[in-house]
Amino acid sequence: MGLLEVKGINKRFGGLQALGDVNLSVAEGSLHAIIGPNGAGKSTLLNVLVGKLIPDSGSVMFDGQSVLGRKPHEINQMGISRVFQTPEIFTDLTVFENVMIPCFAKRDGAFRMHAIESIFAEKGIQAQADAILADVNMLEKKDMLASSLSRGDKRRLEMAMCLVQDPKLLLLDEPTAGMARADTQNTISLLKEIREKRGITMAIIEHDMNVVFSLAERITVLAQGMPLVEDTPDNIKGHPKVREAYLGEAQV
Amino acid sequence: MLGLEKKDFRLLLIVIGLTLFAPFLLNPFPEGSEMAQFNAGYPDLMQRFVIFGIFAIGFNILFGLTGYLSFGHAAFLGAGSYGAVWMFKLLSMNVLPAIAISVVIAGLFSLLIGYISLRRSGIYFSILTLAFAQMSFALAYSVLTPITGGETGLQLALDDPRIFGAAQTASGNIPVPALFGLEMRSSYELELGSWLFTFNTGYYLAALFMVLSFYISIRIFRSPFGMMLRAIKSNQTRMSYTGLNSKPYTLAAFVISGMYAGLAGGLMASMDPLAGAERMQWTASGEVVLMTILGGAGTLIGPVLGAGMIKYFENIFSKINETILHGWFAFLPDGLENFVVAMIYPFIGKGWHLTLGLVFMMVVIFLPGGLVQGGQKIAALVRRKKPEDAKPNATEPAE
Repeated sequence: MGLLEVKGINKRFGGLQALGDVNLSVAEGSLHAIIGPNGAGKSTLLNVLVGKLIPDSGSVMFDGQSVLGRKPHEINQMGISRVFQTPEIFTDLTVFENVMIPCFAKRDGAFRMHAIESIFAEKGIQAQADAILADVNMLEKKDMLASSLSRGDKRRLEMAMCLVQDPKLLLLDEPTAGMARADTQNTISLLKEIREKRGITMAIIEHDMNVVFSLAERITVLAQGMPLVEDTPDNIKGHPKVREAYLGEAQV
Repeated sequence: MLGLEKKDFRLLLIVIGLTLFAPFLLNPFPEGSEMAQFNAGYPDLMQRFVIFGIFAIGFNILFGLTGYLSFGHAAFLGAGSYGAVWMFKLLSMNVLPAIAISVVIAGLFSLLIGYISLRRSGIYFSILTLAFAQMSFALAYSVLTPITGGETGLQLALDDPRIFGAAQTASGNIPVPALFGLEMRSSYELELGSWLFTFNTGYYLAALFMVLSFYISIRIFRSPFGMMLRAIKSNQTRMSYTGLNSKPYTLAAFVISGMYAGLAGGLMASMDPLAGAERMQWTASGEVVLMTILGGAGTLIGPVLGAGMIKYFENIFSKINETILHGWFAFLPDGLENFVVAMIYPFIGKGWHLTLGLVFMMVVIFLPGGLVQGGQKIAALVRRKKPEDAKPNATEPAE
């Protein structure tokens, strides 16, 4: 039984079958990649996992509990964090405040009326925030406004905001989309480092095959909303069905 | 000090100093002089400065931090006023229970309106709050006349069933609001040479509440709660994917700012015990938006400055009439005098709205951070000049 168990998910948008009978099992401690050509349903699947979309049928179990029908913030409180394609950070706040907020969310839950306590007195939270910023080499930028960071730093910051919550599962939505080669390599090494240090279970959606094959331990291939195959990277590489799906896309 | 960082504590001390010495600071010109009309140190106006200051400080907690622009906050101010006057009518002329009930009523009222309006964000939220406030205004004007006094407003009468305290004074008048016998309208006048300074009880009570409000607002700004509110303004998507439920946060901010508005309404009624429906009208809601933006939304001191500026314009600038203008420009040749007066006249007196509008436009375009940003820019300029003064033998060529 995996940490995340997706069974028989169906989702239709009008006449379009976005997801058809999708099964997925992410084992605890693994790095599972979900790949597929454009329109394969990868993002739809991810949105189902984080509570943004509700599927027509099927079940999503995380850590023994159903995820379906819960709001995004409740799912996060269960232990699922998400990294977006374009980094979603608090751009009007400083880097330090950006990482303090998830610390508060982890400690105090979805809402707490702490209106009179001073931030400056929260030494424990500050230490936590400092530690994670040191981990991603951003400590010297802690007083900068998040909007003034470079793209790569925004990605690191978002990663730090997710990691500081110590999630059970980290979902990554095309973390290297639109990145230069060097930035992509940096992201790969950052993710490898996180895996080695923390051993967090990750599910990653990715276009870049270089990224997928240098990180993933298991790969699920989606095509037109259907799961095509699920296997190890080595077996996926030469799989005829996978080649067909990708070549088919190229011919259109 | 008091749980504040050094910088914030200094700001609080400045505000305390300004409110304490306002009767002096606002009356810089001697009585009878030509400039005396620019004196703002009379009780009625000083009370308005601090009461609208409270209103704007509260509004800023919602708008400045979360970015939710409410166009209906006057409804809470109005509700607070009605509550306070009813306390005067039914309970006693002591202002404390009246102020307390106005805060409670405004809090409950804003909980209801906030709960419904916060289902939407952006322009739809603004429209919902505007609709609710206009509805309250219309109801207070018509259907709710038994509670609100309708067109004439809610006033005290000689036959009020006041439980603690007499319905009439010994001389057959309506008693006035007081704090344990200290009448709100009582003033002490100090004459120094040709200067006249007025120290009014009502003003100092309202000022005390404003300092308290300001202190609480600093605490909220510097709290984790305040940080969450700023996070909501910045990125709601990340907020929810960080495991935070933004709804109770915005609702709490809405209710807190509603209670501030209620406090302002209660104080208004304490200074002058009547309440009218026009206090709920959309122009009153718009005024507090102007105050906050003019002073600097999201800054601590900005809303107070904005409130002061608008009330000064409204009460002082508007009093300059054509005769006074002619007096000022009498030294010019006749034709020129008439020309200059004709040019300036549309901007003053009844035309003060035009000047205010122009100032507002300038601020929004050139100083999006409001008057506070203007102050910071000036301070930065001064600071940049100082090092140059310190080394007069510098070799750089003068610009």
